[in-house]
Amino acid sequence: MSTASAAAITPQSFKSGVKPVWCPGCGDYSVLSSITKALAALGLAPENAAIVSGIGCSSRIPAYTSCYGFHGVHGRALPAATGLKIARPDLTVIVAGGDGDGYSIGGNHFLHACRRNVDLTYVVMDNHVYGMTKGQPSPTTEPDWDSKLAPGGTGLREFHPLVIALASGANFIARAFSGDPNGTADLIAQAVRHPGFSFIEVLSPCVTYRPEQRGWKDAVRPASVAVTDDPARAARRLMTDDGFNLGVLYAGRRAPYRAAPQHEPQSPASLELDFAL
Amino acid sequence: MSPGNDAVLLTGNHAVAWGARLARPKVVPVYPITPQTPILELLTEFQAQGELEAEIITPESEHSVMAACIAASLGGVRVFTATASQGLMLMHELLHYASGARAPIVMANVNRTIASPWGFWPDQTDSVAQRDTGWIQFYVESAQEGLDTVLQAFRIAERVRLPVMINLDAFYVSHSLEPVRVPPQALADEYLPPYAPEHYLDPARGESWGNVVTQEMYWRHRRDIGGAMDAVPEVAAEADREWQRLSGRGWDLVERYRCEGADLVVLTMGSMCGTAREAVDELRDAGHAAGLLKVRLFRPLPAAELRRALAGVRDVLVLDRNFSPGAGGVLHQELRAALYGTAAAPRVHGALAGVGGVNVPPAKIAELAGRARSSEPLPEAVWAR
Ligand SMILES: Cc1ncc(C[n+]2csc(CCOP(=O)(O)OP(=O)(O)O)c2C)c(N)n1
Ligand code: SF4
Repeated sequence: MSTASAAAITPQSFKSGVKPVWCPGCGDYSVLSSITKALAALGLAPENAAIVSGIGCSSRIPAYTSCYGFHGVHGRALPAATGLKIARPDLTVIVAGGDGDGYSIGGNHFLHACRRNVDLTYVVMDNHVYGMTKGQPSPTTEPDWDSKLAPGGTGLREFHPLVIALASGANFIARAFSGDPNGTADLIAQAVRHPGFSFIEVLSPCVTYRPEQRGWKDAVRPASVAVTDDPARAARRLMTDDGFNLGVLYAGRRAPYRAAPQHEPQSPASLELDFAL
Repeated sequence: MSPGNDAVLLTGNHAVAWGARLARPKVVPVYPITPQTPILELLTEFQAQGELEAEIITPESEHSVMAACIAASLGGVRVFTATASQGLMLMHELLHYASGARAPIVMANVNRTIASPWGFWPDQTDSVAQRDTGWIQFYVESAQEGLDTVLQAFRIAERVRLPVMINLDAFYVSHSLEPVRVPPQALADEYLPPYAPEHYLDPARGESWGNVVTQEMYWRHRRDIGGAMDAVPEVAAEADREWQRLSGRGWDLVERYRCEGADLVVLTMGSMCGTAREAVDELRDAGHAAGLLKVRLFRPLPAAELRRALAGVRDVLVLDRNFSPGAGGVLHQELRAALYGTAAAPRVHGALAGVGGVNVPPAKIAELAGRARSSEPLPEAVWAR
């Protein structure tokens, strides 16, 4: 798949040089670095990969990489990525975004992306808050999180992304923590290698609106049970999960979505011929 | 702070939130988006302090927000919401549905560029693109006007049974602090009595809305919406007069600024009016007979009033902070249509000025005005930078 020699490719090759505008200490810096590490470890070149996002602080990621990037509208990263992957199955397509983007406005697409099982890797930087619009509760916010914008908390039950991913048919489910960039990079690489729709929830603290999430580093731990390919076992595990077990929690065997046979993509040389007078 | 007659410093967004609070809505569905979020923040604060007895709900997107607004409104309660840019785009389907359902919802929209590419700049393309959705549209120039217009909007909406959108330019109006007089609640209550619709979806009567209708019923329904729109200029003028009587402040549907004897009139809407006033003052100082027409009510376009205001004017310069690719400036096109075929219509010059939020200083407006005087108008608006 790769066109570049592995020796020449380093994580740095995937950085665009655009300086991120995230707050100092934001978890998303590490996730960016994990994505670039994973792509380098996979032996890909920047032109072999595309990063598709929606809107949010986390969704700024494509501009910070040198891969193909698409910064779409709020909540619609998954349908855009599906279109891209079907048109260009040769590209490694990573979808990145936040919990608001993916579970609120884009929640419907999450279900159908899992169900369709297109070979995508979906990285959700979950900080249990809408960071970009300054701190409103998201679907994964704890019901009793008290803030100026939700005095006394929303009282609403949290959305359980991993359980929902499993029930909807995702083929690979993992949880990572931005404070462990090497572990996260490894999980992203495994997710990319696994066929079908891979979903990684990355606990990525929003230090500005949820400063208490700095404490996540003491709460996370490697999952104590080995990975399973049995959805029933995975369901039991995810239903009793406290949200801090890291690692691959399910790796299924569903056949990924197969696109109808494609024509060869046109080479630059043949395109040039079309324009020759 | 408490309402009273002293002026306090408020941003446009906070003034709009005050207007909403004074109108006593019962349901406020809202989804955050820059630069509208401070409206949601202040309303939440009012509610937490027990100063706003509304149910504020935060659905999962603007599409769901408008769905909730329509159903709550048809249930017979006063409904307010606010959005901007992409949020308004996502509501589009339900904006049509809301006017079709004759739901008198009031919504503030903070005018911001629409994607792609992404931007956070003042630009009115988001709302002018909704001109065919059956919503009444106001454009305001200041924070005070924003507050007052929210109250007027409920009065108008509930009379004609059509939804109203109040548009304020991102940052220039939404985030600028200005002295604002917050009227006392009693005054707002006198102006806007509790909402008691003659007809609403009452569970006791078991009615429904939205069924499939015949062609005959459909066109009659659309025609009735047209009739309600036709009544708006008169109803809105009454609402403004009554507000003027009670509060001492009136805003007109089309404001004439130094138009006496003007041979050139600048016509625009929103925050650009503030800059245009400066330009007009400078032109007057330099001995030119220039004036400003501020279009406050854009939908329905008060065509008759615009024709009256422009009678005898030689040149009109339309400044559009919006862009409709293939058509140019929307206000320019609408004014040309309104004047077409009228005797001694002015020459209409269009400038795409301020698209994407670019700064249009008074000197630029004066320069465009000078060019308009000395050249034949083009059918299309020209880019001005
Ligand atoms: C249609 C639409 N509605 C609202 C917004 C405003 N908006 C931008 S980002 C965002 C939430 C982002 O939250 P999340 O996805 O959790 O990302 P984070 O910023 O926390 O990384 C919202 C509501 C928008 N851009 N488009
Ligand atoms: S607001 Fe939160 S999520 Fe956004 S950049 Fe800052 S720390 Fe990160």
